[in-house]
Amino acid sequence: TMAFRHKNTRRIEGLDSNVWVEFTKVAADPSIVNLGQGLPDISPPSYVKEELTKAAAVDRLNQYTRGFGHPSLVKALSQVYERVCGRKIDPLTDILVTVGAYGSLFSTIQALIEEGDEVIIIEPFYDCYEPMVKMAGAKPVFIPLRCKNNGSSASSADWVLDPVELANKFNSKTKAIILNTPHNPIGKVFTREELQVIAALCIKHDTLCISDEVYEWLVYKGNKHIKIATLPGMWERTITIGSAGKTYSVTGWKLGWSIGPQNLIKHLQVVHQNTLYTCPTPLQEALAQAFWIDYERMDDPACYFYSLSRELESKRDRMAQLLEGAGLKPVIPDGGYFMIVDVSTLNVDLSDVDDKQPYDYKFVKWMIRSKKLSAIPLSAFCGPETKKQFEKYIRFCFIKKDSTLDAAEAILKNWNKQTA
Amino acid sequence: LPLVKSSNSLSFSLQAKMSKPVQARRLEGTDKNIWVEFVKLATTYSTVNLGQGFPDFPPPDFLKEAFVRALSGENHMLHQYTRAFGHPPLVKILAQFFGKLLGRDLDPMTNVMVTVGAYQALFCCFQAFVDKGDEVVIIEPFFDCYEPMVKMAGGTPVFVPLRPKAPKDGKLMSSADWQLDPAELASKFSERTKAIVLNSPNNPLGKVFSRGELELIAELCVKHDVLCISDEVYEWLVYDGKEHIRIASLQGMWDRTVIIGSAGKTFSATGWKVGWTVGPNRLLQHLRTVHQNSVYHCATVAQEAVAQGFQRELELYRKPDSYFVQLPKELQQKRDWLVQSLDAVGMKPIIPEGTYFLVADISEFKSDVPDVPDSGEPYDSRFAKWMVKNKGLAAIPLSAFYCGAHKNNYNHFIRFCFAKEDATLKAANDILQKWKQEKTSP
Repeated sequence: TMAFRHKNTRRIEGLDSNVWVEFTKVAADPSIVNLGQGLPDISPPSYVKEELTKAAAVDRLNQYTRGFGHPSLVKALSQVYERVCGRKIDPLTDILVTVGAYGSLFSTIQALIEEGDEVIIIEPFYDCYEPMVKMAGAKPVFIPLRCKNNGSSASSADWVLDPVELANKFNSKTKAIILNTPHNPIGKVFTREELQVIAALCIKHDTLCISDEVYEWLVYKGNKHIKIATLPGMWERTITIGSAGKTYSVTGWKLGWSIGPQNLIKHLQVVHQNTLYTCPTPLQEALAQAFWIDYERMDDPACYFYSLSRELESKRDRMAQLLEGAGLKPVIPDGGYFMIVDVSTLNVDLSDVDDKQPYDYKFVKWMIRSKKLSAIPLSAFCGPETKKQFEKYIRFCFIKKDSTLDAAEAILKNWNKQTA
Repeated sequence: LPLVKSSNSLSFSLQAKMSKPVQARRLEGTDKNIWVEFVKLATTYSTVNLGQGFPDFPPPDFLKEAFVRALSGENHMLHQYTRAFGHPPLVKILAQFFGKLLGRDLDPMTNVMVTVGAYQALFCCFQAFVDKGDEVVIIEPFFDCYEPMVKMAGGTPVFVPLRPKAPKDGKLMSSADWQLDPAELASKFSERTKAIVLNSPNNPLGKVFSRGELELIAELCVKHDVLCISDEVYEWLVYDGKEHIRIASLQGMWDRTVIIGSAGKTFSATGWKVGWTVGPNRLLQHLRTVHQNSVYHCATVAQEAVAQGFQRELELYRKPDSYFVQLPKELQQKRDWLVQSLDAVGMKPIIPEGTYFLVADISEFKSDVPDVPDSGEPYDSRFAKWMVKNKGLAAIPLSAFYCGAHKNNYNHFIRFCFAKEDATLKAANDILQKWKQEKTSP
């Protein structure tokens, strides 16, 4: 063969593996009850689907739209979020529409983070934060959420940051902190006081805040989603990220958005115009129409933002019951649609599995094979130092239709009756 | 301003931080974008928009129906994530289709990756293969995003122009008359050269590179062990019986080429933003890494519909009912119509062999827009802006497709898009005729 020197660039060195590529393949078997990937198997609301059918029938909506976001969509987003944030948001300069929240994270990090920068990531974290920070040439600095009650956790609220430990992570190189609230995978909803601690550090060190709020509407009774960008001194240094996929149960639409001050968003727009230029038009139009429908009823409990949350709260409670019935100790989430569970109490011996992977990886693979139930190992969401701390946890997704949860129930009820 | 009550050293480092720009250095030189400005002008002023490259006619019925079928079916899971590297039905049919065209057995899982338009495919290629210090050869005039994408990846663009040869007496120029100088091209390759970007059929000129021209490029790629990023989005839009030749099918090229395609251009649905890459696994694996760390998934429904579109085209391949046969036939007529239209008023069109773009020399209309010496802006850009504001006709200046240093080399040409309804082209003709009359009447 002829000479060929072409390998990957430095920026993607070591970033090729990915927990999803590994586990979605394994769980693709239809006989497996899939509570792994965050994929709703419930239907999106019918009006959302109808709006897409309507949009696709309009000829000009099948051609390019405005690069930084379809006009009717950015207008709708500005209205909804002006209401939520209590401040004026310019649809053209303060918003960028991206390919999912994933695309917003990428645009933000590529726009504002570079070699020499440090970025604080709270563990456990949605797994893409680390490789994206690395791809930008920067150094991830991890800080774990720690369980208050010495390991015995009943609620996501038990998981907190140590303020002193957090303060010590900030230095002159700290360019940004990534915040995810409601939090994936634990389901923690950061309180105002917790956000104030983070905000104070951001202001003191002139640090940016990348706030991933894709689950913003999914908060359960007794909890309130607070946007860190609304705290004093924070709007000018925060990019807030949202997701159509999570808001409307349409993950396959891959639309997200970044909202923030013009002097930051303009750099995200530059990245966007040099990466994919524009997002699909009919999807953006349909999303805009869906937003108008729900904007009109934001005072009404029938608004999908609230009705979905109520629907998920009962699924959450059911999921928790099922897991407790099998002798497991779930951490009840205050928000989001994931639930983590400590599986060490089951004492499943996997030491004979000849694999260098953490315990939770081995457990999930064993559970898929022998119980036909899938989940995601929590150590996928941790930096190297913390894997040991989290490897006894696995994550279940509960945005699933009743029949899926019924199937999960059957497996969990029979759990102790079967041998490994 | 931060409320700083701290020691001197903290205050000093904070000051240093605050005096640095907030944005990353990789954005340097990439913020200007011709489209942002010209799309806004067209939206504000134009009555006839032959500027930005998109059809003003709809996608074919069979494709729209496929989209509706996908939405109305029982399977609402088409609203959820699909496979990250490409929806299985789509990558399977692409592997089949392009396998047939290339005479190769393609694995849908490793030789094909779906992207958010060809634009994102280009981005993945540069991010995957271009490091700081790498050079990338770009043939001018070029689709404008290549340059900022190379820069954003830390690379150095190295430009080589297509040079116009005078046409035979009395004949209109053809895009075939714009050619690379072989010695000049060879001189652009060095040990730092990582890749060459080839765009055939070429936007904006419409040039369809001949086998001889492709062999020239291929030889240099093989000799210097250089990658070829082959942007073939207009692959079906070739006229006058010309053949689109895929450089990846040339000797020594499959292993070093990434082929890029676009559903937007193939099926007249630019707003769907579905594109793809085809190539050897040892190259595509790195595109997958970039993709999974940038957008990860592409929207599902449009991929399902495009898959069905390709299924139909595979069955009708080369038959008269094939959209890939009908569309170029229709567009050739529109091309000829616009050529006549422009020629009749004294704008000199360069007849494109492919794409749905046409470049015309506007020298005879220069009197309308006086030259402004020392103007920072290239002449054709000022002309195009004047034209949209005063005549309502939108087109794009050719200088948009040249690097900064070369913007004044060919500054009396503008690019028209003719993927437009006959009524639109007729309206353009009316504007041109009226304009000419105004110039010639006392």
